[in-house]
Amino acid sequence: MGFPMGNRTALYDKHLAMAAKVVDFGGWDMPLHYGSQLDEHHQVRRDAGMFDVSHMTIVDVTGSDAKEYLRLLLANDVSRLNTKGKALYSGMLNNQGGVIDDLIVYLMTEPGVTGEWFRVVVNCATRVKDLRWMAEHTAKMDVALTEQPELSMIAIQGPNAISRVKSVVSEFRGRLIDELVLFQGQESEGWFIARTGYTGEDGLEIMLPEDEAAAFWQALADAGVAPCGLGARDTLRLEAGMNLYGQDMDESVTPLESNMGWTVAWEPQDRQFAGRAVLEQQRLDKPATKLVGLVLEARGVLRPGQKVLVEGIGEGVVTSGSFSPTLGYSIAMARVPYATADAAEVEMRGKPVKVKVVKPPFVRNGTKVYS
Amino acid sequence: MSNIPSELKYVASHEWIRDEGNGVVSIGVTDHAQDLLGDVVFVELPDVGDEVSAGDDCGVVESVKAASDIYAPLSGEVIEINEDLEDSPEMVNSDPYGDGWFFRLKLSDPAELDDLLDAEAYAEHCESEG
Repeated sequence: MGFPMGNRTALYDKHLAMAAKVVDFGGWDMPLHYGSQLDEHHQVRRDAGMFDVSHMTIVDVTGSDAKEYLRLLLANDVSRLNTKGKALYSGMLNNQGGVIDDLIVYLMTEPGVTGEWFRVVVNCATRVKDLRWMAEHTAKMDVALTEQPELSMIAIQGPNAISRVKSVVSEFRGRLIDELVLFQGQESEGWFIARTGYTGEDGLEIMLPEDEAAAFWQALADAGVAPCGLGARDTLRLEAGMNLYGQDMDESVTPLESNMGWTVAWEPQDRQFAGRAVLEQQRLDKPATKLVGLVLEARGVLRPGQKVLVEGIGEGVVTSGSFSPTLGYSIAMARVPYATADAAEVEMRGKPVKVKVVKPPFVRNGTKVYS
Repeated sequence: MSNIPSELKYVASHEWIRDEGNGVVSIGVTDHAQDLLGDVVFVELPDVGDEVSAGDDCGVVESVKAASDIYAPLSGEVIEINEDLEDSPEMVNSDPYGDGWFFRLKLSDPAELDDLLDAEAYAEHCESEG
């Protein structure tokens, strides 16, 4: 008899060999850290780190209606993708405008060609409901959804990430990487190499066949890229002001209430994406709540669930909170009444503590950016 | 397996106690505890002169992951605190039984020392917690 086991990525044995502390994450046995979450965080901000993100769900969208399908499914508009490989961040909303998931969609061909298709990457914890929702919307359309579970995915992030990757791949792939602009990916012999990430640093996310993943991971490690776990991934994305699905937003709130208004493509007005009617109304009425950043420059660490009080306005709640290794104090995201102020109090361990209210992000490319 | 020095005493809430003689003890958290906490970023200690009773929460360790109370394992007066933790909280992780100590107590009831766990009993306790 063994212990109950989660799903394991192709890199699981590598993680154990590199002394990872493994935890359950959405049904997957994933590395939390390999010794020190703080060291891993700094490594990404100052040099280069790598993350196994193979647990994420990759879905290819093909068929002659692929583009129209995604234009109805997503709040952002894939018509904006006008170059091969370009990526778009979007919410996938229900009919009430609530966020079913947030995702990245890549245009995999030249725009507008016959056989045009897209690759979508969604969260692992929401996989089942996402696939169900996506399948329901294929009715009467020429669209095929194909999961790619045999692809591994490795994110290499940090100021030196790209040069380190180039040092271990073929010259051809190196040249291809040089040509990528931010938020663009390209295919190369079964690999998909994209200049995207979830840390606020430059870097790459590489999807590759799972039987090639361990060798590539080892080559990166030998080239000085530090393995980093989900712990550092969380503090990095929080500093970068990036939402975490299920914590900072979910189906009970809209993008307009979740600091994601920029991901809603209002034009053209006749594009009837799911949730549009509710969002239009909410835009007129002003949402009840919004997602803001909090900064605690004194001692203590803001944590999810803590109560926020905006004096004279109302109450809110911390949705994500942690210590910011780059800044040396605690930062958070919080859902507060829409008419917020530039200061608030958070109830920490029974005591009210003063915090600043700011607009995320907190850190970009290693430097403090909020004010 | 975590490091559990045999010359120290322990309590179930994962503090260690070193008998310094003359009714004085040093207190910190165990290697097992620091491993569970992850990277420590702040430590809030009691003030020198505070009177504490065994079982009182008298401070907080904040790691990147979570906040955790520090419990006084014995009763007495706080006579010294580790002020270096203010600037270097990571010593709790790197040297939990040495530079990462928390505070020293002058015991009001040295007989309480007999209630503490020895290394073997503490190891069993950690095992039972999984």
